[in-house]
Amino acid sequence: MKTAHVHALYVHGKSPVHDLEAHVKVAAMLLFVFAVVATPREAFWAFAVDAVLLAGAVRAARIPVRFLFGRLLVLIPFVLFAFLLPFLGGGARTEVLGLSLSIEGLWGAWTILAKATLGVTASIVMAATTEVPDILLGLDRLRVPRLITAIAGFMIRYLDVVLGEMHRMRVAMLSRGYDPRWIWQGRALATSAGSLFIRSYERGERVHQAMVARGYQGHMPVFNSGSAPVGSWARAMTVPSVAWVVTIVSLLT
Amino acid sequence: MSVPALEVRDLSFEYPDGTPVLRSVDFHVHPGERVALLGPNGAGKTTLVLHLNAILQPGEGSVTVAGLPATDDNTHEIRRRTGLVFQDPDDQLFMPTVRQDVAFGPANFGVEGPELEHRVMDALEAVGMMEVADRPPHHLSLGQRRRVAVATVLAMRPEILVLDEPSSNLDPASRHELAHILQSLDITMFMVTHDLPYALELCERSLVMDEGRLVADGPTAEILGDRELMRAHRLELPYGFDPSLVQPH
Repeated sequence: MKTAHVHALYVHGKSPVHDLEAHVKVAAMLLFVFAVVATPREAFWAFAVDAVLLAGAVRAARIPVRFLFGRLLVLIPFVLFAFLLPFLGGGARTEVLGLSLSIEGLWGAWTILAKATLGVTASIVMAATTEVPDILLGLDRLRVPRLITAIAGFMIRYLDVVLGEMHRMRVAMLSRGYDPRWIWQGRALATSAGSLFIRSYERGERVHQAMVARGYQGHMPVFNSGSAPVGSWARAMTVPSVAWVVTIVSLLT
Repeated sequence: MSVPALEVRDLSFEYPDGTPVLRSVDFHVHPGERVALLGPNGAGKTTLVLHLNAILQPGEGSVTVAGLPATDDNTHEIRRRTGLVFQDPDDQLFMPTVRQDVAFGPANFGVEGPELEHRVMDALEAVGMMEVADRPPHHLSLGQRRRVAVATVLAMRPEILVLDEPSSNLDPASRHELAHILQSLDITMFMVTHDLPYALELCERSLVMDEGRLVADGPTAEILGDRELMRAHRLELPYGFDPSLVQPH
């Protein structure tokens, strides 16, 4: 049975970035994203430096460019929105190739394109070099509330199971000659969604029983991997540190 | 006489709507024994199993695990003593990695650090699954997941291992591998199963349950050989299988 695996974001391989501890990478990625967000929109040079930094990280992580661009497709809805802004924006307008465009809209489009591309690329570097269970452990180490990481863990654990059930229900429907795909067949789709919800709910109850059976008393145990050596922090923080210096300089000038 | 690993006395239970599920169930299991619980669908087997782990509380009667009564005060310790392996490993294995899943039980009982790591590796070694420690459970085959599910309770060092339908949905090779592993474990075992040859292979003693009552208790080979008893309680041997021809271990 084929269902989407949530580890599709991961690139199997060995690289200095793969070797870094998960929580170090998560922290570095977040700091980099904050630096990008804080950069003033007029500082084109700062975004260029950030892009070069990221290109270095992508190279160090040995992420294939094709894979990176494939993952960047997630940006398409934002890009489409950004392209609309210069046409729909208000305020002063300017002529570009005979089109009347809003200046404020152009700035908005540029900000979305630059910041979203840099932010998403940074998160792709992190996700491509860190396995999902390690990301969750990393979030634990960074003191993200255990309840949140536990919910994320369950979601990832059971996504394949629920998709598998959905697939089987669809096959059962198809095998009896019914292939609902139009809006007026929504009733069948709603019924499937309803029974999928009930099945998942019942599974939730059984999982809870299995947890209680092994002594669960309302608090998930925390399994911390060891702390990261200073060297790891130093290596991982190079990119966000330079990005922050660039941001601060661009804010001051 | 040693203290029974499991003692169930006059246990009755009914659903909130008044439907009786267990009626005066009474038996005990001695340390080191391997006992199968047989019976048709709806006999109350799973309900009985949930009592052994204090997930359900008895309406009447009592459950005692290694001398400790399953009362509200003792619930936590009872759950350590009774290692319950559920039928569907997807219900049992809920953590992001096999290692964390096996550690979940002992960690809930305060085991940590090197001792926790030691317990996890011991349990995985007992079921031959050391090499999958860092993999997510949903990437394993059903046979592997079932073995890891057994490891998750072994890591708690229970007094008794309780298995609900351990061979269901396994292919013949995985079923055989699991039997081999279960035989190698030096632990008291209580196994609910519809797989009668499996009961004969693994358990020297069997209980038969029907409509909430225990209707037979004796050596597995004798019970499976009693055609009248088997027919009366909807137990059916596989075609061509003759328990009298099977060599005891």
